[in-house]
Amino acid sequence: MYLDNSATTQVSEEVFKEMEPYFIEEYGNPSTLYGIGRESKKALTLARERVAKAINAKPDEIIFTSGGSESDNLAIKGIAFKLSKKGKHIITTNIEHPAVKNTLGFLESLDFKVTYLPVNEEGIISVEELKEAITDETILITIMHANNELGTIQPIEEIGKIAREKGIKFHTDAVQSFGKIEVDVEKLNVDLLSLSSHKINGPKGVGALYIKKGTRVVPLIHGGGQEKGIRSGTENVPGIVGFGKACELAAERLDEHYEKLSSIRDELIDKVLTTIPESYLNGSKETRLPNLVNFRFKAIEGESLILLLDAKGYQASTGSACSSNTLEASPVLTALGLDPVDVHGSLRISLAPESDAFDVDEFVNTIAEAVGRLRQMSPLWNQELDYDGVMCKKDHDDCRRC
Amino acid sequence: MDYSEKVMDHFANPRNCRMMEDANGVGTVGNPTCGDLMTIYIKVNEDEVIEDISFQTFGCGAAIATSSMITEIAVGKTLEEALKISRNDVAEELDGLPPIKMHCSNLAADGLQAAIENYYENNQ
Repeated sequence: MYLDNSATTQVSEEVFKEMEPYFIEEYGNPSTLYGIGRESKKALTLARERVAKAINAKPDEIIFTSGGSESDNLAIKGIAFKLSKKGKHIITTNIEHPAVKNTLGFLESLDFKVTYLPVNEEGIISVEELKEAITDETILITIMHANNELGTIQPIEEIGKIAREKGIKFHTDAVQSFGKIEVDVEKLNVDLLSLSSHKINGPKGVGALYIKKGTRVVPLIHGGGQEKGIRSGTENVPGIVGFGKACELAAERLDEHYEKLSSIRDELIDKVLTTIPESYLNGSKETRLPNLVNFRFKAIEGESLILLLDAKGYQASTGSACSSNTLEASPVLTALGLDPVDVHGSLRISLAPESDAFDVDEFVNTIAEAVGRLRQMSPLWNQELDYDGVMCKKDHDDCRRC
Repeated sequence: MDYSEKVMDHFANPRNCRMMEDANGVGTVGNPTCGDLMTIYIKVNEDEVIEDISFQTFGCGAAIATSSMITEIAVGKTLEEALKISRNDVAEELDGLPPIKMHCSNLAADGLQAAIENYYENNQ
């Protein structure tokens, strides 16, 4: 059972069918004038309409990119470079996706100043603190819609209102929220919004940036002038076609999926918290995506839990150390103010709407068994172990990164 | 994470994972803030031979597997021999560890040394 749909999703049959003709038959370059190129151009136009419709935008406000990371880069660097004469201050949060966080880090190396707003224990920023952070130099606010590890949702509408009143450009990364909750660029009051295809049963390697009419950005990729000169390079036609179809389907099924997923999510939260002692939900219980939950379990380490669950046929993930290529403890969970030891015991579960066969009871029992087993092995469980002063016998400089 | 079959076996079926009430040497290494904490228990006889050894570990798959492995390597060895067991020995016995785990999770040799030092402190 695949429970890591926030990482990526399966391409749906309908999407795949829609893409198929654009590999071998309709392989034309959309910039050309003869028949086969015109077919590709038509396909692009339709895809653009579908993406736009899904977020209540106009087709000419959609720029296709290679995915969420590029969209974030284009939005942030694009605005920063465009408006750097006006000011060099940007406001964000301390739980952004690396595509935003590291882009801002790069801008800091170019003398931009960045304010990282803290989140509360539920993973949500304070609008008051945002207001206070705004200066005359502020040119951009970039705050994610829903967090990729926690699933918690930021008050984008309200932030957008403030940004608009102050005349500051506002970008949101909606990669995780799109297709899960309503994403309406008008209601959200955003100027720029990032989307990704592979999180909504579309193909990988394609995404879009919504750029509100009248907002200007400096391109990242210069070249033949495709995408209104904002993103040069021959368009990824099959990918874009698939993305367009995935957007159409996601928008059509939004309400149905929301209901289905949120009821499974709530059942899962209830059962985990009542069945497993010393288990906690990370992030807000109410203000969250319907498909994503993040738990933590005292005295165990997340990777071990993932391995045991995998052995039982469940694929989930952890934001904690050791699970990925970096050993750093999750900065997102750390930002919630959790004890660093507890951050290591986290488990992220992200559901798919097609999780029909998902037996919550069986899954919760499997987690309970795995957690119990790891606690049996853990010197931190039920023991008054004083580990202060116990340090690994290794170079502490190396250790600091973990 | 690319773990060898041996690592997965020791992780899934850890050897000698228990607390030892009558241990005469106990060593704890690691730091739970970093995600790894390991306690090694040894029972040393009059001939300074490790008669029994066990562990308890909070940590990732590699941390658990290395703990389990060192109990198999060290049992029956004299303290002098046991002190020579290195981190690399443990990793090699497990058919290797992912490079990123070599440093942070490969703590078992340190744990055993700490347990032996504790035994010496208790018995001087």
